[in-house]
Amino acid sequence: MATTRDYEPNVVLSNQDYNVVGTRPLRPDGADKVTGRALYGADFAAAGLLSGSVLRSPHAHARIKSIDTSKAEALDGVRAVVTSADFPQGGEGPVVWQRDNVLASDKALYRGHAIAAVAAASPHIAEEAVSLIDVDYEVLTPVTDVQSSMKGDAPILHDSLMTDELGEKADKASNVASHFQHVKGDVKAGFKEADVVIEREFTTKTVHQGYIEPQAATALWNNDGRLHIWCSTQGSFAARDACAKILDIPVSQIRVVPLEIGGGFGGKIDVYLEPVAALLSKKTGTPVKLVMSRADVLQGTGPTPGSYAKIKIGAKKDGTITAAHAYLAMEAGAYPGSPVGAGAMCVLAPYDLENALVDGYDVVVNKPKTAAYRAPGAPNAAFAGEQVIDEVAKAIGMDPIDFRMKNAAKEGTRQVHGPTFPRVGYEEVLEAMKSHPHYNAPLDGPNQGRGVAVGFWFNIGFDSACNIAVNADGTVTLQEGSTDIGGTRASIAMQAAEVLTLPYEKVHPTVVDTDTIGFTAVTGGSRTTFATGWAAYEAAQDVRTKMIDRAAQIWEVDADTVELEDAVFKSKSDPELSMTFAELAGQLGRSGGGITGTAAVSPSGVGGAFAGNIVDVEVDPETGKTEILRFTVVQDAGKAIHPSYVEGQMQGGAVQGIGWALNEEYYMSDSGTMDNVSLLDYRMPTSLDLPMIDTVIVEVANPGHPYGVRGVGEAPIIPPTPAIANAIENAIGTRLFALPMNPAAVAKAVMDK
Amino acid sequence: MAQEITLTVNGATRTNQVEPRLLLADYLRSVLDLTGTHVGCDTSNCGACTVSLNGDAVKSCTVFAVQADGADVTTLEGLASDDGTLHPIQEGFWEKHGLQCGFCTPGMIMSSLDLLSKNPNPTEAEIREGLSGNLCRCTGYHNIVLAVQFAAEKMNSGS
Repeated sequence: MATTRDYEPNVVLSNQDYNVVGTRPLRPDGADKVTGRALYGADFAAAGLLSGSVLRSPHAHARIKSIDTSKAEALDGVRAVVTSADFPQGGEGPVVWQRDNVLASDKALYRGHAIAAVAAASPHIAEEAVSLIDVDYEVLTPVTDVQSSMKGDAPILHDSLMTDELGEKADKASNVASHFQHVKGDVKAGFKEADVVIEREFTTKTVHQGYIEPQAATALWNNDGRLHIWCSTQGSFAARDACAKILDIPVSQIRVVPLEIGGGFGGKIDVYLEPVAALLSKKTGTPVKLVMSRADVLQGTGPTPGSYAKIKIGAKKDGTITAAHAYLAMEAGAYPGSPVGAGAMCVLAPYDLENALVDGYDVVVNKPKTAAYRAPGAPNAAFAGEQVIDEVAKAIGMDPIDFRMKNAAKEGTRQVHGPTFPRVGYEEVLEAMKSHPHYNAPLDGPNQGRGVAVGFWFNIGFDSACNIAVNADGTVTLQEGSTDIGGTRASIAMQAAEVLTLPYEKVHPTVVDTDTIGFTAVTGGSRTTFATGWAAYEAAQDVRTKMIDRAAQIWEVDADTVELEDAVFKSKSDPELSMTFAELAGQLGRSGGGITGTAAVSPSGVGGAFAGNIVDVEVDPETGKTEILRFTVVQDAGKAIHPSYVEGQMQGGAVQGIGWALNEEYYMSDSGTMDNVSLLDYRMPTSLDLPMIDTVIVEVANPGHPYGVRGVGEAPIIPPTPAIANAIENAIGTRLFALPMNPAAVAKAVMDK
Repeated sequence: MAQEITLTVNGATRTNQVEPRLLLADYLRSVLDLTGTHVGCDTSNCGACTVSLNGDAVKSCTVFAVQADGADVTTLEGLASDDGTLHPIQEGFWEKHGLQCGFCTPGMIMSSLDLLSKNPNPTEAEIREGLSGNLCRCTGYHNIVLAVQFAAEKMNSGS
């Protein structure tokens, strides 16, 4: 921690400058967030608001024989009790799974699975009422890890689930929802060409996103039949559409108002409380609020999967990888849908491979249905893949960065699952790592080690909308549908400001509800600054064109003779004709009316992002405790719209990866319940566990975005677990194949050496 | 079985009838509508509910409202001057991008207040120790350390 820094700790390797893009202005929501005025999910208040509470299954696997709510209903102050029977029934597959995850119907599939809910005059009455609900369970044997669940004799979670085996449906119930393959070349022949072949098995435990704000939602089923929901969500439209499906009502009947969101990391995309609050409000005719406890969050909301991986990589002595095979099996939780698909796309992505095979297995277990968590699936895969890469590099005596460089994916490389890379910045990331002062600094004592690893995330586009209105004082208001978790109000407003040549402070962004803006997909997939930024760019272009037309009309000249530069409209032909943006804004009303711009986009030019880590650790061989001495994150952002927020994503992602590497896990009992259901026992990194996190932002512009944005939120969580594992191996001379690499595991590895 | 309590919150005297089981955090949030105090874990691990109780930082989810009878409580809402000038710590968190989602921020700021009142010139290690009872999942703490350093400098220079 006492590293002296005689170098710039946070660097931006930029090659294109703009006026606003690339600067570091203050966040527009800052005043509210440092004064306590910002309203988060649980802060919402309304006249007549009732408090809800949810009954959760104490069993990891049980058949629900009956639910008796009569005693709860009879309690003074209780206004309504609901169970799964109150939902519209019918349907099959995903909609049933989604509905059953919100309130269990025939089976409780994990401890913490919601069974029933109460609305009452106070939270205390609601909690008391929940304890009066009698549920008759037939307790079944649970299975809570992916390897056990794949065995032929494992307890079956869903009698109707048949494996989709390479596109063919099996005829027997199984916990394996699907098995898919990506194939390129001929791996058998490739391994034959190799001088070195290394094959290893890896496991990772279930971990949680760990956002500090527990889920909270308030619903009002109004007397006109419209449902209003105020909640903390990563996607107001996603929440709206999920509620519409579960409640079997049209999307237009629902309005979701996103409140401030206290962290999500993927975990606040799925709905949990919203449909239940809606049912309770429908029954009571008043608004009902539900707020989760931390135990509810850990036991009832999506973690990210525990997993099993087997990786085999072969290379020639000159460093050429000849073949790679990745076998990935990931826990889906109680219902199908693990992130193994994404993991399979990312595991070998950094390498230009002639021959490769990826097998992916999606497996249900008696744990909460997994939800997205920052580059879902990719960290599990990279923990395995990047360790074998490290081992192969060692075996042939090559520097691990040089080995990666020799096999680096680049523009034109066909990925194992099919697509060919457009321009990507992987080689530039490797170069920045290799030349970083950290990589070239000596280690400083025994039991210290250095590790490197890289990660790839593809990023996504999807739909975004944006509205911009010009105010008479020369400012503009900007409405967006993307909820702001980490500073996207700023990064989106900045892109509009750039187009309009206005200072950032003149653009006032607001996150609005689903009745106020066009469909906007979730804040996730590292898409918001890319896609909603693009919508803001287009909406600002719309305003710009209309403003130029208006200036031309006032001046009685051709529009194409008018230009906008530094917030001043000028005539190219007549230097006398000039007015500021504010002057024109002030006369819109008397020159034909106000000006607004709008855009709805679904950009396809998504640019994937590569990140790399250099980490130094010191291991105490007696206690097994690993201290992170120094940590450097290098990442290709394409273009960092707001470099401080990009650095924030890199640092935050790295630290979540450090927690995943060293401490975090769902500690499961034999009866299938999670034993560490508090933030005391589910141990996330504190400030004391960490050094400052150094960053290098590499900017290799994404040709598919007007400013070159790639998206930055997810890639930084991918390399930390293998980078730390490689560093530990370097420190103690033996490798760890399971997460977490907590003191007990490391001490055992030292002893077994 | 309500019990009467009288306490000072952000400079104003408050008298309320409260149930003995009501937590200070819930009293502040639901009775006084001071929702700047956040509840993140219920078990005093995350520190989002940190407030100042007679000058010391406490996690208000582990204090009963009745235990605060007669006390002087400051929450995040009480930190800025009446003219709207932010406290240097509030300024530091904003200026140094010491927050992303902002949910842990109230507790972080109140713990920083406690730290800087007792140690006006903390080292990086002392800041990390002083804030080790407050969890942030977004920032990796990097900019939070910078925010507290910014505040310390500003408070010491008296500006």
